[in-house]
Amino acid sequence: MNLTLKVWRQYDIQDDGRLETYDAKDIPIEASFLEMLDIVNERIINDGGEPIHFDHDCREGICGQCSLTVNGIPHSKEQGITVCQLHMRKFKDGETIWIEPFRAKAFPLLRDLMVDRSAFDRIIAAGGFIDVRTGSAQDANNLPVAKTRAEASMDAAACIGCGACVAACKNASAMLFVSAKAAHLNLLPQGAPEKDKRVLGMVRQMDAEGFGNCTNLYECEAVCPKEISVENIARLNRDYAVALAKEAAV
Amino acid sequence: MSLSTCAPCLFWQSSIGKKIVVALTGAFLVVFLAGHLVGNLLIFQSSESFNHYADFLHTMLHGWGIWLFRATMLVALALHIIATVQLTAANRIARPTRYQKDATMVASRSSRLMIWSGLTILVFFVFHILHYTVRVDGDLKQLADFHQNWAMTVAGFQSIPVVLFYILAMGLLCSHLSHGVGSIFQTLGLRTKKSANVINLFSKAYAVVLFFGFISIPVSICFFGLGEKEMNETIQKVEAAAKAGLTSLPDAGDKH
Ligand code: HEM
Ligand code: SF4
Ligand code: FES
Repeated sequence: MNLTLKVWRQYDIQDDGRLETYDAKDIPIEASFLEMLDIVNERIINDGGEPIHFDHDCREGICGQCSLTVNGIPHSKEQGITVCQLHMRKFKDGETIWIEPFRAKAFPLLRDLMVDRSAFDRIIAAGGFIDVRTGSAQDANNLPVAKTRAEASMDAAACIGCGACVAACKNASAMLFVSAKAAHLNLLPQGAPEKDKRVLGMVRQMDAEGFGNCTNLYECEAVCPKEISVENIARLNRDYAVALAKEAAV
Repeated sequence: MSLSTCAPCLFWQSSIGKKIVVALTGAFLVVFLAGHLVGNLLIFQSSESFNHYADFLHTMLHGWGIWLFRATMLVALALHIIATVQLTAANRIARPTRYQKDATMVASRSSRLMIWSGLTILVFFVFHILHYTVRVDGDLKQLADFHQNWAMTVAGFQSIPVVLFYILAMGLLCSHLSHGVGSIFQTLGLRTKKSANVINLFSKAYAVVLFFGFISIPVSICFFGLGEKEMNETIQKVEAAAKAGLTSLPDAGDKH
């Protein structure tokens, strides 16, 4: 199939950046989206040009490295997949495809389509962990956890930290990521003792990183490759208010 | 930004805290609007019950009630506006480079126009207060001085541009609330996967009921001549009384 690509090229954060147009001819329909970019890059390299830089690692939807905005939607409009799981059969022959980075002030651009998402690491370092060793995998039913809690925690734990929620949010808010990471631990007996400390630490780091404020648009949930629910955000709002009140009381 | 460490300061300075302020003040305004609508609809019942209701508002708690309410309202509105303007400004800064190809998956137009619908409502508020509370129009003021709030309201809606502005403002209020009411639940942490649909429905229904409820009054008066005859009679009585140097209508049942 033949496609026209409009790709964001930007040398570094100082550079203004611009959309450049590439003809992507004779792309096999069974190629994945990233393979399509590999083919285009190979041709650019053969012509002596600078290849399009983009992030990727596992290419099977588990690592959260790939981070492309396809036609204005992080990971593309397909539901519940990362962009590395996107295939060219989802596009029409002759289509024009816009490819841009994940855009947010808190994700400074490195080169072309690569952005620095270490703000997420700093949020995790501010509370997204358990301080003590909680032992190896428990024997089944050794540590009773209600099924609904276990499931809510597991659902939240599915977050791969890709940052699509931030990229899709009109306010570049990181609430879906932070709320998923907090809920994942807060809901389990191992994580519950440090719940307040975790929530305050993570939310404060989130604010310090310069992410925007949630206005309940739910764009994050719509693009999340792991379909993390905005119910986690409601939970975080509640937990934050309680934690702050407790902090003020002591 | 000053980094105070008192708990309310921390609350106000944090993203979630400020949104909770927006939600609580928004909820207060939402409850007020429901009450305001019910009271206003008395206009369809009779001039007596409407005037009686107006007098009650001005005399409850020995006249302190209305001022207590006005002060609360002013504080709530000020907090709501300051918080939302600050949040919106911070949100613009958080996305310095826009997408060349912008796309939206699920967010409604209303939800993305909150600051603009809100600011229009603010302009409307100022107009509405000058119109019916301060009464910059001398004729309306005279009717109010004689406790003829019903006739005052009917007289105020005789102008088509005024009524069109009310309809426009109520349209934007409807838009604001269709997103806002549901948002209250999410921001306060009361929305779950299970209740999401009911909350969305409630939010839209509330907004639509408020829209039709509020505009029914100016529309009936301006376009369907509601109360025109009685209003003219009242105006004549008030003018005659004013000429005679009286401060209330002789036959008015109300002695305030
Ligand atoms: C009668 C008047 C008003 C009512 C009943 C009202 C109600 C609400 C409600 C319920 C919310 C949702 C709160 C939440 O996010 O949880 C909201 C949000 C908002 N309001 Fe108002 N509001 C009013 C006036 C205004 C005014 C005058 C402004 C002008 C700046 C304004 C600007 C906003 C903005 C920008 C938001 C979005 C915040 C967000 O979505 O997170 N509102 N309003
Ligand atoms: S919540 Fe979803 S979109 Fe956001 S970082 Fe996690 S997996 Fe990615
Ligand atoms: S490359 Fe690992 S999730 Fe896409």
